[in-house]
Amino acid sequence: MYSKKVMEHFMEPHNVGEIEDADGIGEVGNAKCGDIMKMYIKIDGDIVSDIKFKTFGCASAIASSSIATDLIKGKTITDALALTNQDVVDSLDGLPPVKVHCSVLAEQAFKSAVKDYADKNNIDIPELRDFVPDEDHH
Amino acid sequence: MNKNIYFDNAATTFLDDAVYEAMKPYFEGHFGNPSSIYQYCQTAKQGITEAREQVAAGINASAGEIYFTSGGSESDNWAIIGTAFAKRSKGNHLITTKIEHHAVLHTIEYLEKKHGFTATYLDVDQEGLVNPEDLKKALTPETILVSVMLANNEIGTIQPVADLVQITKEYDPKIYFHTDAVQALGTIPLDVQALGVDLLTITAHKAYGPKGVGALYIKKGVVIDNLIHGGGQEKGKRAGTENVAGIVGFGKAAELFTADVVERNLKIKELRDHLINRATAEIEGIVINGSLEHRLPGNSNFSVKRIEGEALILSLDHYGIAASSGSACTSGSLDPSHVLLAIGLDHGTAHGSLRVSLGKDNTKEEIDFFIDKLILIAQKLRAISPL
Amino acid sequence: MIYLDNASTTGMTESSVAAVHTIMEKYWGNPSSLHRLGVEAEKVLKQARTIIADSLTVRAEEIIFTSGATESCNLFIRGIARSYKNRGQHMITTETEHPAVLKTMEDLAKEGYEITYLPVDSQGLISTDDLRQALRDDTIIVALMHVNNETGVIQPISDAGKIIKKESRAFFFVDGVQGYLKIPLSIEEAGIDAYAISAHKVHGPKGVGALYLRKNLVIDPLITGGGQERGLRSGTENTAGLAGFARAVQTLSQAQPKERSLLQKQREDFMARLKTEVPEIRVNGAQDLSSSPYIINLSLPKVQGETLLHGLEADQIYVSTGSACSGKSKVSRVLGAMKIPEQYLHGAIRISIGLLEWPDARQQQAVAESLKHIYARIR
Repeated sequence: MYSKKVMEHFMEPHNVGEIEDADGIGEVGNAKCGDIMKMYIKIDGDIVSDIKFKTFGCASAIASSSIATDLIKGKTITDALALTNQDVVDSLDGLPPVKVHCSVLAEQAFKSAVKDYADKNNIDIPELRDFVPDEDHH
Repeated sequence: MNKNIYFDNAATTFLDDAVYEAMKPYFEGHFGNPSSIYQYCQTAKQGITEAREQVAAGINASAGEIYFTSGGSESDNWAIIGTAFAKRSKGNHLITTKIEHHAVLHTIEYLEKKHGFTATYLDVDQEGLVNPEDLKKALTPETILVSVMLANNEIGTIQPVADLVQITKEYDPKIYFHTDAVQALGTIPLDVQALGVDLLTITAHKAYGPKGVGALYIKKGVVIDNLIHGGGQEKGKRAGTENVAGIVGFGKAAELFTADVVERNLKIKELRDHLINRATAEIEGIVINGSLEHRLPGNSNFSVKRIEGEALILSLDHYGIAASSGSACTSGSLDPSHVLLAIGLDHGTAHGSLRVSLGKDNTKEEIDFFIDKLILIAQKLRAISPL
Repeated sequence: MIYLDNASTTGMTESSVAAVHTIMEKYWGNPSSLHRLGVEAEKVLKQARTIIADSLTVRAEEIIFTSGATESCNLFIRGIARSYKNRGQHMITTETEHPAVLKTMEDLAKEGYEITYLPVDSQGLISTDDLRQALRDDTIIVALMHVNNETGVIQPISDAGKIIKKESRAFFFVDGVQGYLKIPLSIEEAGIDAYAISAHKVHGPKGVGALYLRKNLVIDPLITGGGQERGLRSGTENTAGLAGFARAVQTLSQAQPKERSLLQKQREDFMARLKTEVPEIRVNGAQDLSSSPYIINLSLPKVQGETLLHGLEADQIYVSTGSACSGKSKVSRVLGAMKIPEQYLHGAIRISIGLLEWPDARQQQAVAESLKHIYARIR
């Protein structure tokens, strides 16, 4: 059902945990739909210098969180925001159709964290002006 | 360390060697079509006749009441649709429960949606039991069928079917009573006389028989419409060339469990209780779902708090342990189990269910290995969880 | 033993038996399960689906596995009837279809569906003009048999399909049980919406079959439940049976395809041999390229087919009197529809040859002589 890559990231996820003095925190999903994803980011200038996550969810939700944090870490905010859920899917060598929403969740968790950072610091990030995390994506 | 521990016997069971041996001649030589009239084909016919007797003996029916099908889903569909259309002139009301297998639920929903039938879905209590009083209240002059499963596939709850049949028949003896006994076959003694049901669904592959073959018990005198039309097989009630080898395998499997269902399951129940005791004692935030008293001997179903079911299953699989979350049929979907919701679990908890269903070859060592790994997995996944 | 009842059922190939055994022994998980055994079982299923789809030159997602061709016929006819009820309630078929089609339609007729039975000529063939005239605005299904199970007559499927698609909105169903892997047919070109096949007629196991269902066509399921087979056919998949089906199909597809003309010649040789010994033989149904080389239906005057059958059986030659499924009725409905002369109606037997081997000259001669002796005894 899952690719090797998904199983690797599920069994040994990268960047698990919390950042105590995080600059932004994003949380999406709910227990009702079976997935909750929480991301913590640390911003250094315009670079996402650190990112950690905690996820309640299926294997693909955990693997999506793990690979997304890998992809994002060290990138500029602009570059990181340019990543889409498809990049997550591709990096995992694919996800089953019913699980694609997990990658969307990862994209949204990160965007929520950046929005939280921007709101706290009164920074205008054009890419996020219209961003509303989609609660009911499945 | 990798083992091969199979704890998903409610999804399907391995094929008994003796069953394969019984089937083998029918694959290799006795390939006649049983409907053909020449002698050569009589071997196939004899195989089916014997199997029919074996399966009948397994549920205390007579051979003439056993109709072979392609499996449990077909039998459920046939019993329900067959009754609905045969009794349409009498009424259009069906009664079932909220925790039936989808083969029953979706069929009844289909009859409601497409054919103008109405249905009552009985609630169950926290243990998964139907309250007989609820059935009494639900019966109407329009009622033509009551379908209540004998034992639930997810939480293993055994319903008081004999009592429910009695209530139904006291209200109106013409109402047919169907029970899906797929999970009960081979795991508890089955007796259609004692149950008093009109229709009963069974399948081979949950009782160490082959996939692709099941049966519907139709009590003598009970008349339902056909589901599959064509040639005159199964006394004109189920068309299609018989799956001879499969049917013979089903017969053999029935013969085997009929001989030792009681003994086999004492052992399994003991193991299951050991499993439940260790799990609930040693893992924090784990709750057993369903009834402890009215339960299939091999079934255990847990809610593991703050852990999602699929992640749990795949982690166990990593250690070579096969278990399930929800029922196998719906595990591809994202909806939490309708059974767990019906017994009152919230959506979040229902997502974290774990079904461990034991079979006749499981051992105490396997259970201990499983518990040790479950402890590790619970720790690990909870460390990732934000809850 | 000379087994000439392959239209009734066939013996499994060795590798098909082996495939069934392997799945039962090693890959017996439930394909819906998430764990390794389930995933392996799912792979078995996927592979089988690809092989069956390739054999029909269709897409894998267009194959729905069933318990056999009877179920496939029921599934499609009832499924369309239910889901297109509002478009119309008229169905067209022939008098010579298999009971799986006829009985299903007759049952629907009780609910108000209307059936037009196309007549067949003395050759067993329908006329496309009749079909054209029978088509109506409210026709939802045209069900035709590719190859008749009793006579081997091949209906003009491609021509019929073109007419149906051009002149109506009806769905075209073809019972392919006797034609599958035997008589070339392009599903695409013939405009076929659904095609029913069975494993045990092509040296696979009993209890499995398939329905080709054209992509995006939505029909009501016959068996609902766990949602397997895209929700069109619920029930735990018979993985072992399907693997056996696929393996048999693979073996047969890999075998060198014989030229149609060569096969026809072989059939003619066989018939010639029979007629040399028993000149009274009448061969029923079309004899040219409108007949399957694999089925020969023949009659002897003023005798019972069953007597011939048992006589041959005594010599260990196995044939049948008609279709196995209708073994009980005394007179063939198919031959009746073809209006074959009364004196031949009761004395029909069917010789049907399998895909794996053609009876050799010695065997053919044995059949001819056996028939000759029986006929001399009972005439």
